[in-house]
Amino acid sequence: MGTTQSGILHGRLPLAEYEANFSDLHPPLDKHEALVAADRCYFCHDAPCMTACPTSIDIPLFIRQIATGNPIGSAKTIFDQNILGGMCARVCPTETLCEQACVRNTAEERPVEIGRLQRYSTDVAMRENKQFYARAAATGRRIAVVGAGPASLACAHRLAVKGHDVVIYDAREKSGGLNEYGIAAYKTVDDFAQKEVDYVLSIGGIEVRHGQALGRDFSLADLTEQYDAVFLGLGLAGVNALRIEGENAEGVEDAVDFIAALRQSKTKADIPVGRRVVVLGGGMTAIDAAVQAKLLGAEEVTICYRRGKEHMNASEFEQDLAASKGVTIRHWLQPKRIAVKDGKVAGIELEYTALEDGKLTTTGETGIIAAEQIFKAIGQTFQASGLGALQMESGRIVVDAAGRTSLAKIWAGGDCVLGGEDLTVSAVAMGRDCAESINQALAADAPLASAVA
Amino acid sequence: MADLRNNFVGIKSPNPFWLASAPPTDKAYNVERAFKAGWGGVVWKTLGEEGPPVVNVNGPRYGAIWGADRRLLGLNNIELITDRDLYVNLREMKQVKMNWPDRALIASIMVPCEENAWKAILPLVEETGADGIELNFGCPHGMSERGMGSAVGQVPEYIEMVVRWCKQYTRMPVITKLTPNITDIRKPARAAKAGGTDAVSLINTINSITAVNLDTFSPEPSIDGRGSHGGYCGPAVKPIALNMVAEIARDPETYGLPISGIGGITTWRDAAEFLALGAGNVQVCTAAMTYGFKIVQEMISGLSDWMDAKGHRTLDDICGRAVPNVTDWQYLNLNYVAKAKIDQDACIKCGRCHIACEDTSHQAITQFVNGVRHFEVIEEECVGCNLCVNVCPVENCITLEPLAAGTLDKRTGKPVDPNYANWTTHPNNPMARQAAE
Repeated sequence: MGTTQSGILHGRLPLAEYEANFSDLHPPLDKHEALVAADRCYFCHDAPCMTACPTSIDIPLFIRQIATGNPIGSAKTIFDQNILGGMCARVCPTETLCEQACVRNTAEERPVEIGRLQRYSTDVAMRENKQFYARAAATGRRIAVVGAGPASLACAHRLAVKGHDVVIYDAREKSGGLNEYGIAAYKTVDDFAQKEVDYVLSIGGIEVRHGQALGRDFSLADLTEQYDAVFLGLGLAGVNALRIEGENAEGVEDAVDFIAALRQSKTKADIPVGRRVVVLGGGMTAIDAAVQAKLLGAEEVTICYRRGKEHMNASEFEQDLAASKGVTIRHWLQPKRIAVKDGKVAGIELEYTALEDGKLTTTGETGIIAAEQIFKAIGQTFQASGLGALQMESGRIVVDAAGRTSLAKIWAGGDCVLGGEDLTVSAVAMGRDCAESINQALAADAPLASAVA
Repeated sequence: MADLRNNFVGIKSPNPFWLASAPPTDKAYNVERAFKAGWGGVVWKTLGEEGPPVVNVNGPRYGAIWGADRRLLGLNNIELITDRDLYVNLREMKQVKMNWPDRALIASIMVPCEENAWKAILPLVEETGADGIELNFGCPHGMSERGMGSAVGQVPEYIEMVVRWCKQYTRMPVITKLTPNITDIRKPARAAKAGGTDAVSLINTINSITAVNLDTFSPEPSIDGRGSHGGYCGPAVKPIALNMVAEIARDPETYGLPISGIGGITTWRDAAEFLALGAGNVQVCTAAMTYGFKIVQEMISGLSDWMDAKGHRTLDDICGRAVPNVTDWQYLNLNYVAKAKIDQDACIKCGRCHIACEDTSHQAITQFVNGVRHFEVIEEECVGCNLCVNVCPVENCITLEPLAAGTLDKRTGKPVDPNYANWTTHPNNPMARQAAE
């Protein structure tokens, strides 16, 4: 088939090439590499990396434990703060979090490889199926968790540790949320997301009910009635529309669907891709879609973003990655019209933009990029029904510092809340902290043990 | 979970990690922080006799050597015993012990070698509620010039005499801290035991000059252009300390005498090694001074995880386990044959093994094979010396593999003898002893 044939086609590449293209972006460190990398850590006091981590993992300690030949102890240090430390090691934008804060940057402009070291320890522990947590005595309390993504899994795990029983409701077929459906395939190979879900759930006391959507199969009121507490860890199901001519033409697709399909495909050879592809947006989703389109054999992939490089949500590393795969990133271009021929996408007309007094305006100058496939990655929205009187703002759930919503017994965390950071690791932190808050509330609520002698 | 609780001569602590008598234990402020971080006990920085306290230099007190990447390997100091008033220290010790009843608090003491001096200070220390005392016979600088510290530790008779006074005038357990600046560490240990000590602790620091400033020709650390030897400690001294601990642990005259192991302990593994060689617990200083008190968390988790992995439940399961395996050279099995083996997949082809062997040893590693740069052991030449293993930058790339009994040793052309045989019966030994039967 090749990369130059027009149309949206699957199987553009030989099978072996798919395999190579979608292999581990950062291969795991072997023991020698891990020891060398760990040796570079200064064991800083009040370490900036630890402060930069949304889950506050004790990074100097876990790295020192690697250095002293104790990867199991190292994994426990990580899991104590972040039970999804394995996935975070793979998908965290470390270059803007822990590794950006590393003091080695000041001296050598090369941080300790914290992400890969975290993967090393967690891999060792998970390979040995080392379980660090035992459940506390059963409390008899039951908590419903809506969604099975990072926030929900972290919340459910911590609740299970505390001795509560948890039921997770998730609309999809598999658990994991974005970890399973929303991350580029080369960042998490070998079905790691499901292995991690299994590892997290092996604590016990967590039941997962798939194919259960809030607002369709049950309402929030149903849950508050049946359970002692509810945690909402919903993802963003909606995708922003372009609202331009031609948007409904064949070949205009949501980037998130493309990314999800890639993750669910074993070979990737069954995922069709255009010869010329345009991706609209400037975040991680845009990069993930563009890079993978290229890896599937698209001849030409262009990301068009309506603002400048400095405004892109995608990290510098992600932008460089895209460039290294041959993706062109163009700035200051806003979609104006999709050119359609025989009901199919033929190209996209874009208009140049500029900032005037801090406001984005169009200059009137336009140009056309030929394309057979256009991916929309201009943001996702929280679309949930059945939330009743829950207070919302800017389309997200309003929560306080402890994750409590406006309604009694209901907590929320992750992408669905106002102030969510659109990061797996932040979602984990919120889920974990909500579990602590729920646990405290239930404990305070519990009838005191009889003091009568 | 392994049980790390420690009972050292009746002194209980939640783990075997004590901070050694040194700057980190000079004040309540530091010790409180140490206990918060998880240390099982502290030996309070050495108290001197009542009166005007000692004075320290006002210039640099420490010198150091570093490994690659400026990792601190050895530290040397010329600081003296506490320069704070005796009663201030005693008051703080009492308060800290009240605040932390489950932690061990030991008072290190150094007063002149006179009976009355010891008789005077012991009741004052006892009154603090301290769990025991440690006699500082080790400090090798400054105080030794005044007839204390290592000046006592280098004279076994003085050790025995002072220990005896202490046992006479206090009910507290007595730990005698030994100096390594001596030829045979067994002599002071035996003397301490003869005096009735409850335990020995070692090593104190080693006489050292860390460097010389080549512009001023002053030794480091330099005080106004001049320097004095200091006490050396840190990771670099660990092998010396391990040997001295083992010497005491296996000496028939001191066998069973409790030992608090000190010297370069930086990780859980170092601590486990001291315990295996007969230490009942360990004391740490340089690692804390390099990385802060939090370092103990790695030591605790590492020791505990290792014990779990190996099925050791308590410290008693590991203490002294390596002692029976320490022996004299003459009893080593001369029929044991090992050869170096290079894992070609792990080899990065730096050539260091070759040149070490070629230039300085046995010409037993190739440089080229069939014209290609390739490092491989020539078994006909390899004596199994282990030098290549030690100079290889990749761990486990070169290993020393024992030859099974009966296999051909290509160097000697003889099969490996399955029987143990040592130098004492070797035909080349002019003193060879015949079997006793």
